Amino acid sequence: MINTTTKKHLISKTLDEFFLSVNNAFRFVIQYFKQVLIPPFHFSEIINQCFEIGLRALPLITLTGFIVGVVFTKQSRPPLEDFGATSWLPSLIGIAVVKAMGPLVTALICAGKVGSGIGAELGSMKVTEQIDAMEVSAINPFKYLVVTRVTAAIITIPILSFYCIVVGLIGSFINIHAEEATSFIAFYKNAFSTLNFLDLFTSVIKSVVFGFTIGIVGTYKGFNASQGTRGVGKAANEAVVMAMFLIFMEEMLIVQVSNWMRSM
Amino acid sequence: MENQDIPPKIDSTVPVIDIRDLYKSFDDLEVLKGVDLTVYKGENVVVLGRSGSGKSVLIKILVGLLKPDKGDVRVLGQKVDMLEEKELNALRLRIGFSFQSSALYDSMNIRQNLEFPLKMNRKNISRKEINRAVEEVLNAVGLEDKVDQMPAELSGGQRKRIGIARTLILKPEIMLYDEPTAGLDPITSFEINNLINQMQLKYNTSSIIITHDLTCAKETGDRVGMFVEGKFTKVGKFEDVFDTNDEHVKGFYNYNFIQ
Ligand SMILES: Nc1ncnc2c1ncn2[C@@H]1O[C@H](COP(=O)(O)OP(=O)(O)OP(=O)(O)O)[C@@H](O)[C@H]1O
Ligand SMILES: [Mg+2]
Repeated sequence: MINTTTKKHLISKTLDEFFLSVNNAFRFVIQYFKQVLIPPFHFSEIINQCFEIGLRALPLITLTGFIVGVVFTKQSRPPLEDFGATSWLPSLIGIAVVKAMGPLVTALICAGKVGSGIGAELGSMKVTEQIDAMEVSAINPFKYLVVTRVTAAIITIPILSFYCIVVGLIGSFINIHAEEATSFIAFYKNAFSTLNFLDLFTSVIKSVVFGFTIGIVGTYKGFNASQGTRGVGKAANEAVVMAMFLIFMEEMLIVQVSNWMRSM
Repeated sequence: MENQDIPPKIDSTVPVIDIRDLYKSFDDLEVLKGVDLTVYKGENVVVLGRSGSGKSVLIKILVGLLKPDKGDVRVLGQKVDMLEEKELNALRLRIGFSFQSSALYDSMNIRQNLEFPLKMNRKNISRKEINRAVEEVLNAVGLEDKVDQMPAELSGGQRKRIGIARTLILKPEIMLYDEPTAGLDPITSFEINNLINQMQLKYNTSSIIITHDLTCAKETGDRVGMFVEGKFTKVGKFEDVFDTNDEHVKGFYNYNFIQ
């Protein structure tokens, strides 16, 4: 018999697989936007997932946010002292924490804690046929598992970012209050003096995009976990790496766009 | 067993599952190679076959989890691979699929596992009705005391029975059992066989039962099919199928009752 089963590849096997996976990922994203608008919405499951995400990341964000605030303030003081500009310290911290550190630190922590958790959870559901079990009981697993988690991430991660900013500013205030005896009102006014609406808006948009990225990458990797328990670990791991990479790319892109808008 | 006194009501004019010339492969691996099978209303058909021969793939095609490459698959009169999502889901609600791996939701306790298909598919169902349904199926599999435990706290056999209970809760017209008695002790196996027969008698369900367990095959099967190398080589009454010199069939029989 002639062997007719040998697959012909368009370019090469690896490249073909790469483009196929990009296509799949793209379709996964499109699917989310299609299904998020159609009932049933599974509101209680979304709220559940919001708590799940929030509680998973909260301790680490509190710790990291606070330390970033304190350390950044301590590190920035000497150079400003050289210019006799320590009074500008709160604004510098304000810019750094609100515009850059808050959303980014939150997103990276969540990529590690939340993204990997979602990847592992859905991955193990996939390899133990729990997702198939939903499907055969006429429950749409994409809707019940993916849409709820991604939506919860979009809602929760901006809230966590805001929280991270608040904690960071508190850390910074404690340090500045101890060193310069600045009052809270003065600190608050100074910190936000150079920030405008566009800055805050950009931060919110960034967090929403990061939330979406973490949710969609985690669910995508989990949903496509290959058979076996090794697949679960792989899904969790790839979810973190991929999400972090995308977060940095998006950070760059969004900052670029917002600077361009500012200059208009 | 009192069930054996009452003959099951099999209506051999109504095929509920009709498979014709079905083919399915994964990349280079040909799994199904021209499967033909008809299951009639109220009938239990047992599928016997070696590990890896494609039995699970066959029933996954019946519920649309896998797509056939070629062939005609009709379930309750509908071509499964041609259905829109809505129609497919309506059909799936009439089919119970008990997974070989049980596939219990491990983030939910037993009660939540059992309630889940009901709650998601019957929007207006009352708490009382849910509780009654849960109690009924738990009673059927004899695990009432496990209702508040997590799947991870159950033994493999108990998980299997909860998996079966979860598919029974929607009162399906067709049941697909993937190795319902695998890994169970003889007494529990006996009870599961009884349960399968009870379902047939009480609700007139039609079933496909995949098994390696010849006692189960004999007890539950109105007909038995030998599945060898991607197709059925022999389908008929248990005694007829094993009254042969075919080495595949003989081998299966001899090894099953080896001392
Ligand atoms: N989703 C899949 N992708 C690729 N190959 C698959 C898939 N599902 C099953 N197979 C392959 O198809 C063949 C038949 O698998 P199947 O699970 O149907 O066997 P089985 O008859 O149920 O065996 P067992 O009695 O051990 O459960 C196996 O070789 C398996 O590797
Ligand atoms: Mg199998």
